[in-house]
Amino acid sequence: MPVTNVVIAGVGGQGAVLASELLALAAMEAGQDVKQGEFHGVAQRGGAVFSHVRFGERVHSPMAPRGQVDVLVALEKLEALRYAHFLKPGGIVIVNDHQVEPVRVGDSRPYPEDAIEFLSSKGFQVMVLEATQQALALGDHRAANVVLLGALANVLDLPDDAWQRTLERRIPERHLELNRRAFAAGREAAPAHVSE
Amino acid sequence: MGIVKLMSGNDAVARGAWEAGVVFAAGYPGTPSTEVLERLATYDEVDAHWSTNEKVAFEEAMGAALGGVRSMVTMKHVGLNVAADPFMVFPYAGTNAGFVVLVADDPGMYSSQNEQDSRYFAKVAKVPLLEPADAAEARAVTRDAFELSERFRTPVMLRTTTRLAHTRGLVEPGERTERERKPFSRQVSQYAIPVYARFRRVELEAKLGQLREFAEEFPGNVIEEGGAEIGVVTHGIPYQYVKEVCPDATIFRLGMLYPLPERRLKEFCARFATVFVVEESEGFIEQEMAALGIHNVIGKARFTNVGELGADLVAAGLTGAPVPGDFSAETTILPRPPVLCAGCAHRGVFTTLRKLGVLVTGDIGCYTLGCLPPYQAIHTTFCMGASISNATGFQRAGEPRVVAVIGDSTFLHSGLPGLVSAVYNQVPTTVVLVDNGTTGMTGHQEHPGTGHTLKGKPAPAVDYEALIRAIGVEQIEVVDPWDLEATERAIRAGLDHAGPAVIIARRFCRLLPVSKAETRVPYRVVLEDCIQCEECMETGCPALVWGADGPEIHEWECTGCSLCAQLCATEAIVATEVA
Repeated sequence: MPVTNVVIAGVGGQGAVLASELLALAAMEAGQDVKQGEFHGVAQRGGAVFSHVRFGERVHSPMAPRGQVDVLVALEKLEALRYAHFLKPGGIVIVNDHQVEPVRVGDSRPYPEDAIEFLSSKGFQVMVLEATQQALALGDHRAANVVLLGALANVLDLPDDAWQRTLERRIPERHLELNRRAFAAGREAAPAHVSE
Repeated sequence: MGIVKLMSGNDAVARGAWEAGVVFAAGYPGTPSTEVLERLATYDEVDAHWSTNEKVAFEEAMGAALGGVRSMVTMKHVGLNVAADPFMVFPYAGTNAGFVVLVADDPGMYSSQNEQDSRYFAKVAKVPLLEPADAAEARAVTRDAFELSERFRTPVMLRTTTRLAHTRGLVEPGERTERERKPFSRQVSQYAIPVYARFRRVELEAKLGQLREFAEEFPGNVIEEGGAEIGVVTHGIPYQYVKEVCPDATIFRLGMLYPLPERRLKEFCARFATVFVVEESEGFIEQEMAALGIHNVIGKARFTNVGELGADLVAAGLTGAPVPGDFSAETTILPRPPVLCAGCAHRGVFTTLRKLGVLVTGDIGCYTLGCLPPYQAIHTTFCMGASISNATGFQRAGEPRVVAVIGDSTFLHSGLPGLVSAVYNQVPTTVVLVDNGTTGMTGHQEHPGTGHTLKGKPAPAVDYEALIRAIGVEQIEVVDPWDLEATERAIRAGLDHAGPAVIIARRFCRLLPVSKAETRVPYRVVLEDCIQCEECMETGCPALVWGADGPEIHEWECTGCSLCAQLCATEAIVATEVA
């Protein structure tokens, strides 16, 4: 069985690392070998954060080689652009329609408003979700990461019970119901928004 | 297989140490090593604590090992520089119970000031060096390290890198083996003075000879047979990259990097016209092999010593495959650097220092970010504690107005001796001690000033004012860095003072639970009063953005620090409840 490669990207504090840990746990629950490695800089918050999750029969490198990633999940649009070159040709991008203006350090270029169009023009399959809005409607904008995971679950071959067991074991009791609903919202939202 | 768990490399090292029967562990926080000690502290059987610095931690753990219990010390690569003194001397005596030094290197400098390859330290100290290749191995190799340490009565260096430390993988944990405390024998000839050390020096060489023989049979040095065309010598994380891009190669995987298995390496390399040596950072293995007379290798000529390797770069080195670049030539990929959090108390200090236009020597912590725009209020950052001693040097060079900025944890780590020196030598060094009540950058570790231990028990907290007064500083002032006027007044008074001066800028880190529990009154912008001077944007606060019509404050992010309001000339920024 070939290795499945997923990259999850976001802004520090958005929960990219937790989302990738949940994916790694779900793959483990499904009986697969898995490696998950995250990349972040010096500070607690605000910087770009991304994480690789790889699963299959046997995984070696903690990072997927560039050009071989099956799915890129981006919690923020600019971060989708930053890591899109890791995708394989025709790979899937699941992107939160959400913009976090970076604090400027000597770079006054405008924020790239056309990120989604650009990704489509490169031949990637782009799924756009209003994950932050959906999470907010469910009660907490921070659950956007799990909404996106729900959408990701639709395009991966992991059984639903592996996901459900993972949520149950990893998410604290008081947040479990919210995250279950966020996951379900992502499951339902995804197919309607695929752009070619 | 038994129960399998998803563990990071750091968690797995801690698990292996616990299984090996570690009784005492000490360290100082440093990315990417920090979580090893944090995880060890969660085991009831392990007495783990944060020390003031790595030298102290090393000596404490060393004392415990001499005292007869398995012990460990943890640090990042630059921490080993601080602990180098005991590290170089201890091997002469040798240990009693098992003693392992965990050192985490940071290729790519994700959170470090340099990219030193700590493997060289093992060679200089003449201690065996082990390096695992994933989390599962990290658990097993850590256990092995303690066995090796006791078998040869030597400290063992266990090296990891950021990629190993922070990658989760599947681990099958084992059980703990308790051990009897080994009695310490008071043989002075083993532990003291040069006249005895000269004998120990000779014995150290003999021990190294035994370790060389051991390396030949060490089961962690493995040859994985593959095709006859490509031979590779590799280790640790780079091994995973080689397996990824060249699964059919014949690979000699080294689990022990010092000393090397000379005979086996020579036999291996004789099978190939040329052998690739794939290693991250410097050409340590390649150089050692050259010293052994093995010259049919290609190493650093193909695999850069700069930054982190990856499967792409290893593929490029082995096969010449191109490394795909990103899309920055075709679209705008704005950088997203880390920033000081909304409400960070450091912001008030940097806003003031920028206004004063003084030369600022910095130190190691979140406040290092003060060097970036919009503050640009830190002009040097080198190593732990350097801010104060560098400032003294600048003063000696004739720079009239210098301020050192140092955090609370860093001050206790190695800032204090610099301040004592400034007092002793009567240099008018001005120090801003940014006291946020935690070790912020590495993820909020306790330290001797916080009032709690690593295990969460109450502890005496250092009284900075009393300490600084006791060493002879006469000008000491405590300010709230959210109060710009008071902060400026205190720093000016410090600069004007004829002797050393310390300004303690005290406010808890915003990410601490104690801060989050405070009542928060966010601010908002009254656009009709705004003259769009953009002065507020100079705070570089992530809660303040420039919207379609001018500045906007994200109320859910705003901590109510009021810094932007204090900078606003037209009082257009007001507290929400005042509106």
